[in-house]
Formats: sequence, structure tokens, C-alpha cells
Amino acid sequence: MSEIKEVIVKTDRLATDKYQVNMGPQHPSTHGVLRLLVTLEGEKVLNVQPHTGYIHSGIEKMCEAISYPQIIHLTDRMDYLSAHMSNEAVALCVENALQIEVPDRVKYIRTIMDELTRLASHQLWWCVYGMDLGALTTFFYGLRDRELILDIFEETCGARMTVSYSTPGGLMFDIHPNFQKRVKDYIKYFKTKLPEYDQLLSGNVIMRERTEGIGYLTLEEAIDFGVTGPSGRASGFSCDVRKHQPYSAYPFVKFNEILDHRCDSLARYEVRIKEMWESISIIEQLIDNIPEGDYAVKMKGVLKLPEGEFYQRAESARGEFGVFIVSDGKKNPYRVKFRSPGFSNLFALNNMAKGHKIADLVAIMSTLDLIIPDIDR
Amino acid sequence: MAFNIYDFTTLTHDIHVGLAESFSPVLATTIEWVIVGVVYLLFVALFGLFLVYAERKVCAAFQQRLGPTRVGPWGLLQTIADFIKLLMKELIMPRKADRFLYNLAPFIVIIASFLAIAVLPFAPGLQSLDFDIGVFYLTAVSSVGVIGILLAGWSSNNKYSLIGAMRSGAQILSYELSVSLSLLTMVVFAGTMQFSAIVEGQRDAWFIFSGHIPAVIAFVVFLIAGTAETNRGPFDLAEAESELVAGFHTEYSGIKFAMFFLAEYINLFIVSAVAATVFLGGWMPLHFGNFESFNHVMDFIPPVMWFFMKVLGVIFVIMWFKWTFPRLRVDQILTLEWKYLLPINLVNILLMALVVLTKFHF
Repeated sequence: MSEIKEVIVKTDRLATDKYQVNMGPQHPSTHGVLRLLVTLEGEKVLNVQPHTGYIHSGIEKMCEAISYPQIIHLTDRMDYLSAHMSNEAVALCVENALQIEVPDRVKYIRTIMDELTRLASHQLWWCVYGMDLGALTTFFYGLRDRELILDIFEETCGARMTVSYSTPGGLMFDIHPNFQKRVKDYIKYFKTKLPEYDQLLSGNVIMRERTEGIGYLTLEEAIDFGVTGPSGRASGFSCDVRKHQPYSAYPFVKFNEILDHRCDSLARYEVRIKEMWESISIIEQLIDNIPEGDYAVKMKGVLKLPEGEFYQRAESARGEFGVFIVSDGKKNPYRVKFRSPGFSNLFALNNMAKGHKIADLVAIMSTLDLIIPDIDR
Repeated sequence: MAFNIYDFTTLTHDIHVGLAESFSPVLATTIEWVIVGVVYLLFVALFGLFLVYAERKVCAAFQQRLGPTRVGPWGLLQTIADFIKLLMKELIMPRKADRFLYNLAPFIVIIASFLAIAVLPFAPGLQSLDFDIGVFYLTAVSSVGVIGILLAGWSSNNKYSLIGAMRSGAQILSYELSVSLSLLTMVVFAGTMQFSAIVEGQRDAWFIFSGHIPAVIAFVVFLIAGTAETNRGPFDLAEAESELVAGFHTEYSGIKFAMFFLAEYINLFIVSAVAATVFLGGWMPLHFGNFESFNHVMDFIPPVMWFFMKVLGVIFVIMWFKWTFPRLRVDQILTLEWKYLLPINLVNILLMALVVLTKFHF
């Protein structure tokens, strides 16, 4: 009798053995150099501990040594998929500090560029999400459409990803004469291609099974962790800076803030798909009405911000992007702090992934749309 | 030597007689073994390379791109170039790996595939092992491969490998049931386990037509379970790239990795060949009852062609699965098997037995 009991105890202990797996910094699904210390029991995730810092580049510190227009070029390198939003946030912050009013033309062009960037970013997110679920074909469908947006960017400002297009006082250059036509052609084209995304992935039974009820993030948790952007809005957290603190041309356009109260992976997926439709509608409202005028305000050679603290928010493709500048009146800032959406979103991962399988951990992490240089800065 | 593309029986017979006349019986048998072995090796290597190329072209077509185009005409030599590259790669073994098992694992996987391929009838007279328990033998040897996968995962001393191997073990053991039961359904219908007899039984109509509803159900179940058995998408949990890096073969490099890679494609061929043989008539041409002229035209195409056309058709469908569907999760994959496919299969066998008893078939 005692022998049997011992065997049972032994197997019991074997079955509940925990082990730890280092996911990353080199792992195909971490999209860069994120390291997750995952505690597993069999395939079940017990705890996820993110470790950041593998690609820390000290951008905030570097900003203290350079002038305000130069900061723009560093912000490209943080969230490289929503480079233009970061540029714009810095530009707006400096403009507000200097109390400069930019022409309407600049506002319109900035907003169109914002939304094109958001489209490109969401497209890339969509392809990568499909890949993380194991549907490899999505990758090429998404990149096919994104490529054309990057072509437009290239024609507009010479760069495909790190655009550096907005600058304090306006834009680096005026738009290319082809810009309006190309954007309109693209919108026409993409309106026929976006339903393909639904056909390929959204309606798929396996995809539904893999996302419905997975990675639950309650509204309270979302607010506690500061999860913003599409990930926060999928938990019903109304956090769209474009609505709550409109900047650039957002006050002139009509659009909906996409909210979803289902809080799971599927909600986060659908919020992004619907946001693509909203972006299309915003671009359509603006593209024909770009007013004539200057593309930039004449600025001084050396920008000096008045002494004080300045904060500007902008809605990047993955959440609220904030720029906090402390100035002591010199030509370079005293301190700069960026509030990056990825950092806050990442740390909600543990609450979302606990108790799910390791395959779901990857799928959940992917719905947060993390960009690692954005987290590490 | 009479060579007839429509029937290889005379050719193989002539070779046998020729060898038996010139050499002693022992030597003749040995030479035959060597010839058969070399032919199979060559076939598997070449067909495996072709399948890799086909997969790349098919997936490129699904993904709106061109696939390999640079090496050779239409990129035909691409896989050969890749293979040479793999041959020259350094073999790296993890320091704490179990050396013996680590080296043994790829061979077990590939030997299991070779064993299974022996019973497949490619054309009349072109089959090396014609057992009366062919179907049983095939299901038996095809499940040996999982031992190799488990050993690979265990001996690599890597957690990802181990998770991949455990998933693979659970998955293949479960889907083995569905594969065997759907084949058993057709065995009930054919009344034999011998592959040549099964093909012969489909002279007038392929089993998928003559067995109607239960045969179609069995075919669908076999395709799903067969895809799962070959560890291909959407059931590629064992090597789930986005989760487990490369699953059970994460730590393998060079030629040992190539063996796993080749084995995957041979298994794909085996599953498709079995589907073609048992459900789609093997090398039998497509015949429709009384359309004499149509049947004659179909007879004109050699049986080998028929066999490979069917196999490639099934392979295309399985590739289609892989490049369209997302991957299932490990609990969903087991749910699919134990809660859906297995009961359906059991009911289906009953249905097939009724069909055979009442003679309600064509």
C-alpha cells in the first residue's frame, strides 16, 4: 500500500514540475530583441516576465545634446512603423512652446501622412499577426499593399520608413505634384484589397478559435497598465488622442473612435481592421481639400524654447505617444522624455497570457503590436 | 527484355530470370536487393528535391510572388543548390546533448519513411513488397517515425525541442487512429489488405465513387489526419516556427537537418500516394461505365502517369492547406481528433459495413 502511495506522489510531483524558458532575445516571434522569461507547466504559461534593454540606444539622453529640429531624426528610429506620428509629436510640442501657428496646408498634409502611416503600420501588423498564428500567406498580402504606401512616402520625402517629414514650423518639403493623385489611386486600390484581408484571415474558423476569449484584458487592467491605442480600445478604454485632444487637421474631419468591449484577442484584431477603414475615410475627406499656402513657417536659424516644461500627446499606430520636454532656455533641451505606447502595453502581457498555452502567448503578444526599439528607446 | 510502359511485370520478370540464369541464387537475390535499394534511394532523393521545388513554387503562387527563378531554368536547380549547401554545412551538436540518440534520430525518421514506401504500387508490376497485409504494414511502419522525432526532441537537450517532440508525439499517436480507421473503412469495402488487390478492385470505378458517402467521408478524414501525421500546416505544431523556433529539429544542422526535411517530404508523398491508391484508384485510369471510347482514350495514358498525376493532385491539396490556414493550438488539435474525427470514423466504419452487407454500392 505504501509503495503505491509513493508512486502516486512521485508521478504527481513530476506532473507539476515547472520550468522556465527564455523566449528571446533571439526568437522568431519576438520581432526583435525582446526577452520574455516564461515560466511554464507543461504547455501552460504560469508567468511571463518581460526583460527589456537589449536594444537600448539612449535616445532620450542623446536628445539633450542636440537641437530641437535634430530630435526629429532620432524619433524616427524609435517606433519605426509610426515614424511620422513621432516626428509630428515633437514638432507640435516645439511649436506649442514657441506659440507658432502652422498653416492649414501643413495640418492637412500632416494628418494625411499620419493616416497613411497608420495604414502601413496596421498592414504590417496584420501580416505579422497572421504569421504568428501560423498563416504564412498573410505576410505577403500585407506587404504587397504596404509597399505602395512606402512608394508614396519615398516620392514625398525621399525616405520610405524613417521619413523625418514634419519639422518644427511645418514640413521639410512641399508635397510632390503627384501626391494627391497617387494617394487617391491608392485608396481606391486598397478599398478593393482590404476585404481580401477578411476573406483570408478574419473569417477563418481556426483563427476565430485561436482568438476568441483568449488574452482577456479588462477595462480596469487596461487603465491600470496604461494600455492605449487599439489594444486599449479593444478593452473599451476610450483613449484616442485624436478625439480627446485633437491636433493638426483632426478637428476638421469626421471619424469614429473604434471601441470594442469584448476585451479579447479577436477584439484587438477587429479594432485594427476597422481602424484601417476609418483611416481610409479620414484620408478621403482631406485629400481633395488640401488648402494652398506655405508648407512651413519661416523659423529662426536656432530654436530656443522658453524656460519651462512642455508636453504633447499624439496618437501613434500603437497608442498614445507623448513627448515631454524640459527646457532651460538654451538651444538644446534640458531633459526629454518620451512616453512610448509599447512599453506600457508590454507589461500588461503577463495578466493577459497567464493560464493560456504557450502558443497563445505568442498570439496574444502579437495583438499588442510591439515594436522593440519603441520599448527600449 | 520486353519493355512495356503499360505493364512492368514482364520487365521485372525478365530481369529476374536473366539474373537467376547468370548468377547463383544467393548472388542473384543480393543483386536484386541492391538494384531495388538504389532505385528507391534515387527515386526518393529526386522526388524529394522535386517536391521541395514544387512546394516553393506552389506557395509562391499562393503568396503572389514568383518563387525560385535564378538557379537553372525556372529555378529548377534551386533545391539541388540548397541541398549541396546543406551537405557542406558544419554539423553542430549541443554540448550536453545525448550523443548516441542525437545521431540516431534522423536515421530512424528517414528509415521509417523508406519502409513505408516499399509497399506502394506505382504501376502494374512496379511494387517491391506485395504483402497480403499491406495496409497493416504501412500503418505500422509509418508510426515508427515518431520515435525518431521524440528521440530528436529529447536528446537535443533544448526545451523548445522537447516541447515540439512532446506535441508531435501526442499528435501523431492520436491521428494514427484516424488514419488507420479511415483506411480500415476502405479495407472493409475492398475486402482485402493487399495493395495490388485494392488497386485491382478499382478497375471499373475508383473506390471514392463506388463507395459513395462513406468513402468520401473516409477520404476527407484521411486527408485531414494524413496532413496531421506528416506534421504539416495547419498541424505543424511540432515545428511551430513562431512558438518553438523550429521545434524538434531546432538543434540540428547540415545533413542531419536535411534528413528531417527530406523525411517530411517523403511522408507527404506517402500520405498522398496512399490516398491516391486506396481512394482514387492507384494507377488505374479513369473509367466511366459504358463510355467505351472515353475509356479507351484514358487507357492510352500509362498507369505510371496516372499514379503520379493523382499523387501530385493530392499533394497540391495538402500544400493548399498549409499555405492558407493558421496553425491550430495543441489542445484544439487533440479535441479535433478525439471529439470529432474519431467518432465520425467509428460511425463511418459501421456505415461502410452496412453498405457492404446490403450491397448498396456501384
